Amino acid sequence: MENVILKISEKMDAITEQFKTKFQSTLSEIGKITLFATESIKLIGAKPFRYLEIVRHMEFVGNESIVIISLTALFTGLALSFQLYLGFKMFNAVNMVGPTVALGITRELGPVLTGLIVAARAGGAMAARLGTMRVNEQIDALDVMGVDTKQYLIAPRIVAAVICMPLLCAVFDFVAMVGAYILCVKMVELDPAIFWDRIRAMIEVRYINEGLIKSAIFGLVFAVICTYRGFNTKGGAKGVGEATNTGVVYSMVMIIVLDYFITSLIRLFYLMVGISA
Amino acid sequence: MSDLKISNPAIRLVDVKKTFDGKEFVLNGMTFDVPKGSLMAIIGFSGTGKSVVLKHILGLFQPTSGKIEVLGHDISKFSHKEMIVFRRKFGVLFQSAALFDDMTVLENVCFPLIEHRPELKEKELIEVASTKLQQVGLDPKHYNKLPSEISGGMQKRTGLARALALDPEILFYDEPTTGLDPILTEMVDNLIVETHKAREGSTSVMISHDLDAAFRIADYVAMLNAGQVLLFGTPEDFFKTDIELVKRFVAKGMKRR
Repeated sequence: MENVILKISEKMDAITEQFKTKFQSTLSEIGKITLFATESIKLIGAKPFRYLEIVRHMEFVGNESIVIISLTALFTGLALSFQLYLGFKMFNAVNMVGPTVALGITRELGPVLTGLIVAARAGGAMAARLGTMRVNEQIDALDVMGVDTKQYLIAPRIVAAVICMPLLCAVFDFVAMVGAYILCVKMVELDPAIFWDRIRAMIEVRYINEGLIKSAIFGLVFAVICTYRGFNTKGGAKGVGEATNTGVVYSMVMIIVLDYFITSLIRLFYLMVGISA
Repeated sequence: MSDLKISNPAIRLVDVKKTFDGKEFVLNGMTFDVPKGSLMAIIGFSGTGKSVVLKHILGLFQPTSGKIEVLGHDISKFSHKEMIVFRRKFGVLFQSAALFDDMTVLENVCFPLIEHRPELKEKELIEVASTKLQQVGLDPKHYNKLPSEISGGMQKRTGLARALALDPEILFYDEPTTGLDPILTEMVDNLIVETHKAREGSTSVMISHDLDAAFRIADYVAMLNAGQVLLFGTPEDFFKTDIELVKRFVAKGMKRR
């Protein structure tokens, strides 16, 4: 009996130790990412101002994401409005499909889906590109050329992501509503005047702004995480793969987790200033 | 250890120690001087700290203890910003050439000029870059090609032209011939000697596995072992030494060639 208790106790000790180590390394990693982000953001305005690099990354993060964002938004709008139509039909409230889709898209689905798609596409590419540059000594080469690598490689990517994400989110919102309009008006033949009138009556500009602010924060989050993973890649091709994988996965998880907290904070803010949530 | 007394060295390492994990010392009291205007080779077994020494001199790593002086400045006291500015005095040819793969050969050589000589107009930039590429013997027909479209030897030449772009006071070569065939190796060795001779008074430091090249082209050689300098001297000193490990290393290294 004593032996069993001893074994359980040893096992518990090992688990506690493992948990402690994991917790410490997670805290240390969060600290390092925060430091990395702070240093990089501080360098955004530093001279020489790298506007050409920012534009180049905006082209990649923003312009090259428009097609995939539009496609996703169109089918999200179609599918969501179809499901809501089926549901609201049971209560004879199909007029509510438009505003409900608009509310869900602008406040939640728009920023979150845009964040997830762009994090996977552009964030993954950022981590892979920087990781390859690291293992091929290109970052060392920049360092010894007297170039501030964080200012040249990281800051423009962060700026580009923060600027492009709200723009992409706006595109998502618009195209998703077009999808909802096509389904409601052209396919299930709701009155277009009622569709738009209900949306106009129930949707406020602040709902759209909420989504845009969220998407800018998601842009910052995935750009920081993916550039951090790529910039600190170790090893060869395996390291690049790991950096890309962890960069994208951490970014996606963070976007979903943060979405809840930002939504709660916004609700709290509305309560404090006396606006209906 | 060395009996050579060098006054006013380009690089001086004094009792430099480095540990990454707090237990094992990769550099364990590294002390040597690189004479100004010389071509010096740093050789040694794998894992003896050659690349770590280079990264310390370039300011990419901070020593755990000890002093590193480059061109009379204690670089271990430099802030990150000061080090970035100071590195403009360096040129480095990396083992992989480390060319930017989204830029052409010409753009690669123009890059440090664009960064640090903003007064140059586009025409002047191309002129300076072309001169450097000619200096390393690269045919102008390759100037607009991407690094992936040229051979390993041409990539090394481009890497060297880029390292020379800002007329650095010290030129570093990190394992410049590793992975190259004997003909390319000889070409790169000759290029290093020619470049060193052409840059009168400048200092060059080469990290190498290639003993034949090290003894053939270097003025001074430092052999590292267990994070320390085992022998520092002229190539002749290495053939006269009584240190058993050096004798074995030299004998094996030369035989392999």
